[in-house]
Amino acid sequence: MKILVAIKRVVDHNVRIRVRPDGSGVETQGVRISMNPFCKHAVEAAVQLGEAGHGDEIVVVSIGPKAATDVILTALAMGAHRGILIETDTDLETLAIAKLLAKVVAEESPDIVLLGKQAVDDDSNHVGQMLAALTNRPQATFASEIKVVGQQLEVTREIDSGRETIAIPLPAIVTADLRLNTPRNAALPMVMKARSKPLAIRPVAEFGVDLTPRLTVEKISPPPERVAGKTVGSVPELAAYIAGEVSQMEAL
Amino acid sequence: MSVLIIADHDLGKLSPATARIVHAVAELGPIDVLVVGENAQNVASDAAQLAGVQKVLVAETASTTDTDLAIIETLAQSYRYVVQSAGSVGRDRMPALAARLDLMPVTDIIEILGPNRFVRPIYAGNALQTITDNQPRHILTVRASAFRAAATGNAATIETVESPTASVARLIATHRTESDTPDLSTAQIVVGGGIALGSAENFQLIERLAKKLNAAIGATRAAVDAGYAPNDWQVGQTGKIIAPDLYIAIGISGALQHLAGIQGAKKIVAINSDPEAPLVKLADAALIGDLFEIIPQLIDELDKAGVR
Repeated sequence: MKILVAIKRVVDHNVRIRVRPDGSGVETQGVRISMNPFCKHAVEAAVQLGEAGHGDEIVVVSIGPKAATDVILTALAMGAHRGILIETDTDLETLAIAKLLAKVVAEESPDIVLLGKQAVDDDSNHVGQMLAALTNRPQATFASEIKVVGQQLEVTREIDSGRETIAIPLPAIVTADLRLNTPRNAALPMVMKARSKPLAIRPVAEFGVDLTPRLTVEKISPPPERVAGKTVGSVPELAAYIAGEVSQMEAL
Repeated sequence: MSVLIIADHDLGKLSPATARIVHAVAELGPIDVLVVGENAQNVASDAAQLAGVQKVLVAETASTTDTDLAIIETLAQSYRYVVQSAGSVGRDRMPALAARLDLMPVTDIIEILGPNRFVRPIYAGNALQTITDNQPRHILTVRASAFRAAATGNAATIETVESPTASVARLIATHRTESDTPDLSTAQIVVGGGIALGSAENFQLIERLAKKLNAAIGATRAAVDAGYAPNDWQVGQTGKIIAPDLYIAIGISGALQHLAGIQGAKKIVAINSDPEAPLVKLADAALIGDLFEIIPQLIDELDKAGVR
C-alpha cells in the first residue's frame, strides 16, 4: 500500500506568541519553528503502518516556503521514503491547501492519506475533511487508533461522548489525534540518511489551482488580559470564596 | 435568506450546545434546525421549543459523516448560512460540506460582529482573528461556550425530510464515558484535575468535589494521557473549550494548550503546591498547598457553608 502524509511547518507549540502591535498578524520572525505536533503523529502512524507491512511507500508532502524542507527532512528521518514540497511564500487558506493536496492525491493515488487533525497556528481543523470531500474518499477524523483489516480501515475516533470505532473502505483519509501514538525521535544515522532521500520541490503555480483567498482577515488582535492572580490563606477562606461565587450565579 | 442549524444530540437528547448556537445566530436570519439521527423525534421536539426556531427538519437515519453531508448538502442550497456547534460532529462535517460547495468555512467563532464579520481564536486563543466573509453563502461552526442559551417555550413546526442511501462507514463499537455530571462544554461550574492527582483512584477526589458543586469534570491532556481520566474530559486547545462561571483547577500548572481551553472562564480558582504555576498567577483565588489535604477539608467547609 502507498501512504501519503501531509505535514505543516508551524511556530513551535511551546512558543508564547506575540501579536504584532499593528494588528497585521503574529510575529513569526526569530521564533522556534517545528513540524505541527499533530502532523508528527500522522507521520509516526504512517511509519508504524509501514513497519507492520501495510505501507510499501510513504510519501510526505508539505506546502510552504523553501524552509519547509526542514519538516520534510524530519519526516524522512522518521522513516518516510520520499518528499514533495509545494513551494509558495503566500499563506494559503485551508480550501486552497486541500485543492493542492487533491492534485497530489490524483497524481500519487495513495491508499491512505494521513494528516494531523489540526495545525496549532490557525487551529482550523479543516484540511483532512476538505480533502475527503474533494477526492470523494471516506474520512475518519480525530483518530486514536488505526488498524488495517483487509481492504478496510478500522479507526477509533475521539469524540465528544468518548470514543467510537468505525470501519471505512480504502482508499480513505484519516486525521490524527494526539493519543494515536508517540512520535519517534529520529536517530542520527536516520537524519543523515534522510538527506539522500528524494525530495521534489515544485512551484505552486505548476498545479493550476486558484489560490485566491475567499476570506479577508481584517486584523489579528491579542485576547483580553486577565487581571493578575490573588491568593487566599486558608481552606475556609477558599470555601467562602467558592460559596460566594456559587450564590451569585444565575440559575440556568 | 435564512439559517440552517445542524442539531447536536446524543442518546435521544438535544445537546445543550444547540440552544446556544440558536441564540448566537439569532440576528443572522430566520432559523431552521436539522436533526439527523435514529429516533430523532424526541430531539426534534426539544429543538422545536427553542425561541427563534421557525421549523425543525427531521431525517430519520443513522448519523454518519457521509449521510449527514448528503442530507445537508441538498438542504444547503436554500439557506444563506449553515451552522453547527464546534463540537466533534460539527468539526467533522462542516469543513467537508464547505469544500463540496466550494466555500471557505469560518470555524470556532466566538463573536459575531455582523452578517459576515466573525471573530475566531488562533494560536490556542493567544490571538484573535477578525474575519470578513464576502462569499455568497456561509458555512460556520460556533463555540457554544461563548454564547448563552436561547429561551424555550416555542412550538416550531416539525417536518420530515428525505434520507439518502446507506453510509460506506460502519459503526463497530462505542466507548462511552458513564457519568451523570453536567455537559462539560456548557457547564456553569467545572472542576478540573491535572497530572498531580497521581492516579485514576486519586482522580475520584476531583469527582467528589465536582459532585458536591454539581459541576462538570475536566482534565488536562497529561492526566488523560496517563489514564486518570477519559479523553472526553480533556480541556484545552485539542480537547473541549469551556467557559464556566467558575473553574476550579486542581493540581494543574497551566500549560499553554490547557489555558487555551479555559480562557472564557469568568472566575478561576487554583489549588496548587507551586506558587509560581501559571494558573496560580492568573487565578482569582489561589490556595497554595497539598491538594490531598485541601480537597477533603474544602468539601467539609462547603458543607458547613451550606453550598447546594
